[in-house]
Amino acid sequence: MDIFDKLKILTDAAKYDVACTSSGVNKKAATGGIGSAAACGICHSFAGDGRCISLLKVLLTNVCAYDCKYCVNRRSNDTPRAAFTPRELADLTINFYRRNYIEGLFLSSGVLKTPDYTCEQMIEALRILREEYRFSGYIHAKAIPGADSALIARLGLLADRMSVNIELPSHNSLQLLAPDKSKHSILAPMGYIQNRIQENCTDIIRYHHAPKFVPAGQSTQMIIGATPETDFQILNLAEGLYRKYRLKRVFFSAYMPVAEDSLLPAPETKPPLLREHRLYQADWLLRFYGFTANELLDQQHQSFNPYIDPKCNWALNHMELFPLDVNRASYSDLLRVPGIGVISAKRIITARRTGRLQFDGLKKLGVVLKRAQYFITCGGKAPGGLKVTPDTVLQSLLSEKALGLYQHDFSHQTGMEQLSLFSPPSLLSSGGKQEDRGKCLTAPL
Amino acid sequence: MPNRTALMYCYDGSFEGLLCCVFESYEQKEIPLDILLPEMAQGILLPVKEIITDTAKAGRVLGSIPQKMGAPTLEFVRHAFLTCLAHKELYILLFLRLGYRYGPAVLSRLTDPVVDKLFKAVKHLAKESHLFKGFVRFSIFSNVLVAEIEPKNYVLPLLRQHFCERYPEEHFLIVDKTHGMGLVYRPYESAVIPIRKLELPEPDENEEYFRRLWRVFYDAVEIQGRHNPKCRMSLMPKRYWKYMTEFGSAQQKSPRRLEGSGGGKLHF
Repeated sequence: MDIFDKLKILTDAAKYDVACTSSGVNKKAATGGIGSAAACGICHSFAGDGRCISLLKVLLTNVCAYDCKYCVNRRSNDTPRAAFTPRELADLTINFYRRNYIEGLFLSSGVLKTPDYTCEQMIEALRILREEYRFSGYIHAKAIPGADSALIARLGLLADRMSVNIELPSHNSLQLLAPDKSKHSILAPMGYIQNRIQENCTDIIRYHHAPKFVPAGQSTQMIIGATPETDFQILNLAEGLYRKYRLKRVFFSAYMPVAEDSLLPAPETKPPLLREHRLYQADWLLRFYGFTANELLDQQHQSFNPYIDPKCNWALNHMELFPLDVNRASYSDLLRVPGIGVISAKRIITARRTGRLQFDGLKKLGVVLKRAQYFITCGGKAPGGLKVTPDTVLQSLLSEKALGLYQHDFSHQTGMEQLSLFSPPSLLSSGGKQEDRGKCLTAPL
Repeated sequence: MPNRTALMYCYDGSFEGLLCCVFESYEQKEIPLDILLPEMAQGILLPVKEIITDTAKAGRVLGSIPQKMGAPTLEFVRHAFLTCLAHKELYILLFLRLGYRYGPAVLSRLTDPVVDKLFKAVKHLAKESHLFKGFVRFSIFSNVLVAEIEPKNYVLPLLRQHFCERYPEEHFLIVDKTHGMGLVYRPYESAVIPIRKLELPEPDENEEYFRRLWRVFYDAVEIQGRHNPKCRMSLMPKRYWKYMTEFGSAQQKSPRRLEGSGGGKLHF
């Protein structure tokens, strides 16, 4: 099999993995070497599906001893199989890197023979890159569940980031769909990596030249929509992972049917892209906006509102906290206003040092007034000429398309369950009764 | 505050030249209606005053900027000068006048129309130069990495550090066709020089081989069930595609020429 076929098969087999950023570490090439890394991450291209390409994302091999039902590489799937030699992979990486096609390598693998054997092959590929080519660029390696911790440790010293995929957001689903994996086989390496990162931090304080262990941290990924977990459960899991394992990122991947199985959604099911999008928005709110999972969803409201983003939804349910005066509100309060993001909140803080802010100025700072105007005042004043009715708030918060869907849903409320994607037919997922909704939209305005 | 006079300045296009315009504006207590390059100044009906670049005057203005407004403001102004903003010279002059008045706080006056205009232009420059860190595609000709770009802003000075750190042991050249300039590097030495004419040879077999491999990867990595060309276009506008090997477009045509007079010499 020539290298073109191998590359095609092993890219195809790796493409469902999302963890493809090159961020989190700043480095320069060592003398006589090649490669640097930028903490902000650099996208080198965008694929036809709009996803960023920054790393050569391939599997070492798609031969796999495991039989996870959701996975395209499962043992029982009839698909062409291939394997790179460690040297082929290292040469390909360097040649792409020299031409500035990529920022580095993302290496995952099926389980060839045993987890340990697979891990050794990955280590060899990374060793050639780091030692023979003196490559300082970005490398993200996937820890193979079940591999010996001494091997994980060696892989971690060669890589910038490591990840162990959670895959399915609950123990039950794992048992059902990934019989060869267990909660333990996933969480044990994750915990091990976390410990090594922490030890390494203190080592670096003590010995300046201690080799860095996974300097860009670890991440994970879970599949959304293959199993019945709710947004509430998934978001709580993500929050727990950030807290307990100090993960840098949790990625969500809308399930694309790649296998027919009675336990899985039908092959013609569309990937739940909107749901994935809402989860990423909420993940952002956890990491940068000081929200907790319990503020965004709760036992009674386990799914995100498809019509409006999680922050708007939260704000509309907490109108008692608004309006905020942009000239006085704290940074953390500003971050909670729909239409104000991290950048515009920082700019507001900067700009108001030199003078009182007015509504026309806010626009220049990047505030999306269309959304923010219902939640803020400037020096006690609401925006001039703003005619506020529940309709105008709705129209401002929803896109035209969403508004159409929303109105359609409302006129057809017959108790019939809509597509699960649009299950909460009310505007405010946490709003409950209709009269409450009317009250919270009009009362403070 | 001096009044705007019905007068244009004309300068030589250099940063020092622009600083001399600032000097003139203060010395004569006047604010020009615009600051033009010599070729634009021809055929203008209003009076045009030619500002001669004087190193001593430029040096005085240059020294006063970090002193009165802080080092970050000077860097901001230097970046503003690299942008493709129309009338950037006039905006920079007006900005510096604000700077002499308000000091370092001028950078915080984000709602001021002049500051806002320059901020957005500098942001556009920063964004474009960041994109080019990823979108530049090198072809290897006899072990020299060569890339061509057509940026809107003059991004080469901002790309310099990134690529020098990335390829410390290589010889490389990035040609900016919009501005007729090139970033040349050989181990531990780099320069930005004018390049008006450049002919690249046909890619050899080895080069073709890796371009084809890259295209295989690019096509295979897309998940067809999530095909979303609109999203791709907004993240990677089409004007960048021309030199990107994954699309196999303009890269095929050769030899390519950079039109213009004179020739930049390349020493490797």
